[in-house]
Amino acid sequence: MRLVTVAGPPSVGKTSLFIKVAARLRDDGAHVGVVKFDALSTTDDAAYAALGLPVRVGLSGGLCPDHYFVSNIDDCVAWGHGNGLDVLIIETAGLCNRCSPHIKGVLAICVVDNLAGIHTPRKIGPMLRLADVVAITKGDIVSQAEREVFAYNVRLANPRAPVVWCNGITGQGAMDLAFRIDAAPRIDTLEHHHLRFSMPSAACSYCVGETAIGETYQRGNVRKMSFEDSR
Amino acid sequence: MSPRIAAFLSGLGLPDLPAGACIDGWTAAMPEAALQDMGLDREQLAAHLHLLLQAETAEPPAAQSAIHTLTVEGGHGKDGHAEHDALVLSAGEIVCIVGPTGSGKSRLLADVECLAQGDTPSGRRILLNGALPTPDQRFAPDCKLVAQLSQNMNFVVDLTVGVFLDMHAACRQIDPDSGVTGRIIAIANSLAGERFGPDVSLTQLSGGQARALMIADAALLSESPIVLIDEIENAGINRRDALDLLVSEDKIVLVSTHDPLLALLGNRRVIISHGRIADVITTSEAEKAVLIQLEDIDAAMLAVRERLARGERIEDPIVWAHQSPRERPHVR
Ligand SMILES: Nc1nc2c(ncn2[C@@H]2O[C@H](COP(=O)(O)OP(=O)(O)OP(=O)(O)O)[C@@H](O)[C@H]2O)c(=O)[nH]1
Ligand SMILES: [Mg+2]
Repeated sequence: MRLVTVAGPPSVGKTSLFIKVAARLRDDGAHVGVVKFDALSTTDDAAYAALGLPVRVGLSGGLCPDHYFVSNIDDCVAWGHGNGLDVLIIETAGLCNRCSPHIKGVLAICVVDNLAGIHTPRKIGPMLRLADVVAITKGDIVSQAEREVFAYNVRLANPRAPVVWCNGITGQGAMDLAFRIDAAPRIDTLEHHHLRFSMPSAACSYCVGETAIGETYQRGNVRKMSFEDSR
Repeated sequence: MSPRIAAFLSGLGLPDLPAGACIDGWTAAMPEAALQDMGLDREQLAAHLHLLLQAETAEPPAAQSAIHTLTVEGGHGKDGHAEHDALVLSAGEIVCIVGPTGSGKSRLLADVECLAQGDTPSGRRILLNGALPTPDQRFAPDCKLVAQLSQNMNFVVDLTVGVFLDMHAACRQIDPDSGVTGRIIAIANSLAGERFGPDVSLTQLSGGQARALMIADAALLSESPIVLIDEIENAGINRRDALDLLVSEDKIVLVSTHDPLLALLGNRRVIISHGRIADVITTSEAEKAVLIQLEDIDAAMLAVRERLARGERIEDPIVWAHQSPRERPHVR
């Protein structure tokens, strides 16, 4: 089974785009399934299901979505296998920009959109920097000049990955992405695989339910801002 | 040492590499906690910096000068009827696309934009200089072959015109002191009529000013040798000057339009019907004479609009800028 992780900030167009990608793969005869990870709620499952694809949703609720993702990803692979899928697409919401869902040896696509502003690429961590392919959406509504500056900044953030210009509405770029997924490594299990980078860590009193504010309540992994005048 | 590395590091809130520092030594000395925050491990960071440095020293991609012709071939219409001849466009040529709404003008532009290879609904293939595009030509983001301009596009970034143009120039490794920013603004002003300076915010530009700036930027700062223009009729800019500017940079210009002034400005026009190229017409001398009349009408309309806006009465007969066709010297 070919596996691909699709990550990107909220509402960049991941679902719109991968519905087109999945449709292409399906038209080429592949049995495609999707798992969507999100924090609180999603309607993406309905969108994929409308295409007739088997789909599952994982909502992390009160947990760090990244930690929830990595604890469940191998079960997703098992589910895909059990359903005889040829391609499993994992869509994850990149919620904190420090998200790091990509796995070594698994095709990793990061989706970013032009609307987010030309400096956004530098604000996104491993999700963008360590991706194998960067899909840029929403180029239809910003100026060519902004697209070029944005792409340049993507290049600085990830000089390794090819960029695919996409449009979630027209399906531009879907064919290229489908082609890359066709060539993705086959994965039977993720047991003993590794993340490309460690996930954002947090192990402090607030992780385990503390709500009170103040020095005395801050335990564990705490880091303080500096208000010294730096010059 | 390298502008790309400096820009990348500054994005991480770090100072540039110290002069003379070697990448591997510098990354080896990077504290573990800093790497954690950066979201790259030591090897990833070193590889990243090496790639940025390589990009710096690599030959600039030969995009601009390299494309002499663009060929559209192998397409078919919605009814499956094949397009007869390949359409070959040359550098420095303006080709317009006309046809009823929904006939497939945008499809043709989209096919060119993605350098279609028989994988779009029209089945068209796009060749560059008569050959299949290389993967580099399709995927290299820094030297995208096709620049686009459409009515739907807006500047969304919250910067002044001057700061943004400097930034765009820096991406192209063009020296900010070369004066290119000032030249672009001057050209945009000559296209739009309503003047603006470098200190105005991009998002405050009027529709006409924004369109004019996009065209001036595409001509002077975009590397793309192919420019696609989708419906810019009511943009409030001098259309003839705008297109002249682009072809003077030896671009291949494709314009999809319903506007007679734009349609006749092209060297040729492609007629789209039911999703396919039904005909290609070369603009005749007689048509160019008609175009001059149409431009007179356009200028007259514009003058009346301005006078109305000033609160004037419009009672005097219209004075045409050129002679009427009967008095005009005979055109071949
Ligand atoms: N103009 C434009 N709109 C787009 C494009 N791609 C997607 N959209 C729109 O962007 C909105 C969000 O798209 P989604 O596909 O739901 O985004 P997403 O990344 O899956 O969002 P989440 O899963 O909720 O994080 C929708 O209204 C899409 O129609 C594009 O290329 N251009
Ligand atoms: Mg989605």
